[in-house]
Amino acid sequence: MLIAIALGISARLRLRLERDLVVSVVRGFVQLLIVGAALAIIIDPDTPLLWSWLWVAGIVVFAAVTNKRRAPAVPRLFWIALAANGVTAVVGLGVAFGLGIFPVEGRTLVPIAGMLVGNAMKSGIVVADRLVDALSDGRPEVEARLALGQPWTKAARPIVRSALRLALSPQIENTKALGIVFLPGAMTGLILAGVEPVDAVLVQLALMYLILGGTATTTAVTALGTVRQLFTVDHRLMALPRSTRDVG
Amino acid sequence: MSDAPPLFSFDAVSVGPQDARRLNVLDAELPAGGLTVIAGPSGSGKSTLLRLCNRLEVPSAGVVRHRGVDVAQRDPLELRREVAMVFQRPVTFAGSVHDNLREADPDCDEARCVALLERAGLDASFLVRDAGELSGGEAQRACLARALATDPRVMLMDEPTSALDGRAAAVLERLAAQLVDDGVPVVWVTHSQAQLRRLADHVLLLERGRVERSGTVAEVLDHRKR
Repeated sequence: MLIAIALGISARLRLRLERDLVVSVVRGFVQLLIVGAALAIIIDPDTPLLWSWLWVAGIVVFAAVTNKRRAPAVPRLFWIALAANGVTAVVGLGVAFGLGIFPVEGRTLVPIAGMLVGNAMKSGIVVADRLVDALSDGRPEVEARLALGQPWTKAARPIVRSALRLALSPQIENTKALGIVFLPGAMTGLILAGVEPVDAVLVQLALMYLILGGTATTTAVTALGTVRQLFTVDHRLMALPRSTRDVG
Repeated sequence: MSDAPPLFSFDAVSVGPQDARRLNVLDAELPAGGLTVIAGPSGSGKSTLLRLCNRLEVPSAGVVRHRGVDVAQRDPLELRREVAMVFQRPVTFAGSVHDNLREADPDCDEARCVALLERAGLDASFLVRDAGELSGGEAQRACLARALATDPRVMLMDEPTSALDGRAAAVLERLAAQLVDDGVPVVWVTHSQAQLRRLADHVLLLERGRVERSGTVAEVLDHRKR
């Protein structure tokens, strides 16, 4: 019914989003069914845990591919994003399972890795994309600093800081708004499944802090790796798309 | 004529891909002293040539030398401190004018900063002013002071008056002449013939990425009249 309302609004306001809405509903339905069927096999207690780890590896690779697609101007971004998301997955899962917060099973490994890498990936994409735009638009200031004899690390610093803040702010704000603006999905799901609210809250908190830490890690590694690729070894800013520099 | 090596020499320098050269097998020498003006129409390669001097650009072919030394062999950070630059549009950094000067020289104490400001035609009161609130002319002079903070031996000026009114432009021209008198050669880019006549000891005239003519003002402009 809510989808029908959305379709009605689109038609009434002539947004021409009806086709996209229907496609997204059908795609989402089919994709989730497929993923659900695959997950049912992967996380079955009788299925070797290796398959869950392979699924996690696939998530990390897919995150890197997605990051590269969204910021194609950055050389070697696939490898940077792979390292960034990989570090997040290793450290985050190491904390989650190494400290015994969750048992190591397919049904915990895959969803936790998905949440960790999925959220981290979003911030990684934002920071890489933002850096390309900000360095392109901010070329005059960057080159004014380079012209003073500043190394690229110093010349780019204000822009890197700004991009990091922009990429991390949403996750930080989400964590601040926990329980006030919205009840997060994991907690909601657990409560719906009959778990005691306090236990559900503790699980959610553990996840949120893992996600926050993982997002910060991925964002920082992606930012530092990306900015390095956009400068030459002799401290020049490379040509970037949408550069506003006028050259006579 | 001085035996000093040219301030900059360009040996068969090209910049850009084969089908879109911004400089095209260019040969030129800029004299060791005085004020050299690089002039030409928009798109002739003036700014590109200037940016080769402090290695903000690199040639795709050919060699750029500063006082006889290939700039590619120099440490780029050291080169840029020695060969300072003022850009077409003044770019001030966040913070006060004092903060801006300290970006160039972190050890710049108040006394030195005031001396730099005076050299750039600004009084001491500008030190605490917010750099983002300066007028165009004031900002450009603050940028000049900032560039001078590295104790440069050469000053590159890329159309520094194009965004300024007549009065502010005249101040900057006087400051450039003063730098030359102080022993700091200046390389000034312009597309204005009137400005060229007022400033130049030596002229390099570019056209479509190549040198059309070089010499004194009379040699370059009288040649064009014929």
